[in-house]
Amino acid sequence: MLAKLMSLLLLGIVRFLTGSQARWYGCPPKAEQRIYFANHQSHADMVLIWAALPEELRSITRPIAAKDYWTKTPFRQWITTAVFNAVYVDRQATPARPAPVEPVVAGVALPESETASAGGPDPAPEAPPKPPTPEALRAALPEGDPLAPLVKALESGDSIVIFPEGTRGHGEEPQPFKSGLFKLAQMFPQVVLVPAWINNVQRVMPKGEVVPVPILCSVTFGAPIQLEPDEERRPFLDRARRAVIALREV
Amino acid sequence: MNAFLRNLTATQQIGALFLVVFGLLSIVTIWAYVRMLREQSSDDPQAEADALEAKRFWGLLKTSWAMATVFWIGWALGDAVATVLFAIVGFFALREFITLSPTRRGDHRSLVLAFFVVLPLQFWIVGSRHFDLFTVFIPVYVFLALPVVSALANDPQRFLERNAKLQWGIMVCVYGMSHVPALLLLDFPGYKDKGAFLVFFLVFVVQTCMVVQHLLGRRFPHKPVAPQVSQSFQWVSWLAGVAVGGLVGGLLTFITPFKPGQALGMALLACVAGSLGHLVMKALKRDRGITSWGMQGMSVTGAGGLLDRVDALCFAAPVFFHSVRWYFGL
Repeated sequence: MLAKLMSLLLLGIVRFLTGSQARWYGCPPKAEQRIYFANHQSHADMVLIWAALPEELRSITRPIAAKDYWTKTPFRQWITTAVFNAVYVDRQATPARPAPVEPVVAGVALPESETASAGGPDPAPEAPPKPPTPEALRAALPEGDPLAPLVKALESGDSIVIFPEGTRGHGEEPQPFKSGLFKLAQMFPQVVLVPAWINNVQRVMPKGEVVPVPILCSVTFGAPIQLEPDEERRPFLDRARRAVIALREV
Repeated sequence: MNAFLRNLTATQQIGALFLVVFGLLSIVTIWAYVRMLREQSSDDPQAEADALEAKRFWGLLKTSWAMATVFWIGWALGDAVATVLFAIVGFFALREFITLSPTRRGDHRSLVLAFFVVLPLQFWIVGSRHFDLFTVFIPVYVFLALPVVSALANDPQRFLERNAKLQWGIMVCVYGMSHVPALLLLDFPGYKDKGAFLVFFLVFVVQTCMVVQHLLGRRFPHKPVAPQVSQSFQWVSWLAGVAVGGLVGGLLTFITPFKPGQALGMALLACVAGSLGHLVMKALKRDRGITSWGMQGMSVTGAGGLLDRVDALCFAAPVFFHSVRWYFGL
């Protein structure tokens, strides 16, 4: 009840300040299982995309929330769990991790860290025998992997919103995407991948400010992309990133 | 008829005015609806262009209904509510303006000040009838205070440009808009509680001028005066628009405290200010590389284009207000 009221109040505030307009180019707002992936400029990104989705989709879509930031105070924690129904994710991938269990999942088990974004040849899924099935990949995911909560959410049938840049960008262009999106696409081939461009949010509340400024923002949803059968990690991530950037000009 | 209207109380007269406005709107809506039904059955190649035109017309109708309803609610619930309503319109207009003017991180505090302090204060001053303070509050105090806040943010890059943009936004969307509810509160001798008529007079005259100018410009295209800024602004249609606006003002004398000549003069003044103000806003839009503050809801910003509708009013209201006050010594 309180959460419902809070969500109404928040929707009102967000609409008042930003208009929170959703622009559907390339796919309709449809209740199928989706992974929305968007550029990341501010902590408010999550709130904006949540507010821009239509009511029916909002209830089945879980945004991702950075654990360190959104659990800092009890209020933040309450609002992310009760109102946004968010999935917490550790931004700092645990650095000292025991060696991955088997070589096949090495690429999957690697956290979203520097090594993953180096762009070097991918060690794992290029093995000559058939690449592992999505189910095997899911099963092989270690317990403490940063992606584990997302996998759980997707397995229960929810849609999710992720920011593959990992951290908030500062420049005009989004940073290179981390490999999480690729792994999720491998593990859930049936889930539709929808790119989204969030416009202007960083102007509403820049880092370190408390009071937001009313500036119109919009979320543009584009045509879904698919992981091609033999596509490698880096080309796929770059393609996904270009799909997001392309929406800026629509 | 005239005598009957004169015998009504001010409240009844204004009620009658709204009845007329809503009646006209209903007739136009029904006419458009019937036409739409007929067009659907026909199947000629021109249908597509017609459909687009019809869609635009429906958009305009919807705006008119919304505006009339807002005015009616504002009037029915009293001056305070009307002032708040105009404050909200000003807020949304300023939001559109700021969205399309690039600001930097250092402007954040000034923007917060503009939206959450300057705007409410200005409309509160209007509502509390501090007319002397209300005319100088923004041009004197705010214009000196905002750059200070920006300077304290320690970012000299394009400082003048950023401040100029913010000040312009405030001038048009807050200062200009706040003069509309101020008209409600002017005290003419023997014209008590009829401020709503004055607002109606201003809005109606300026909108008539803009519509006539627009229609004539499209029907009889001449060489545009400043094609870089506006493809549609031409002296002939502009003069005609202002003249028609003035005449309509002259005909509406009976709802104003003016004599016919005065009404004509005031209407002409409001039309000139409004239509030229619209041109200035067009130049600002071109500077930003857009054709409309809203672009029919297609823009990345999602701006609704509210500023496109009210910019003429924002320029006309202060000129109208101050000339009325000066001329009648109020």
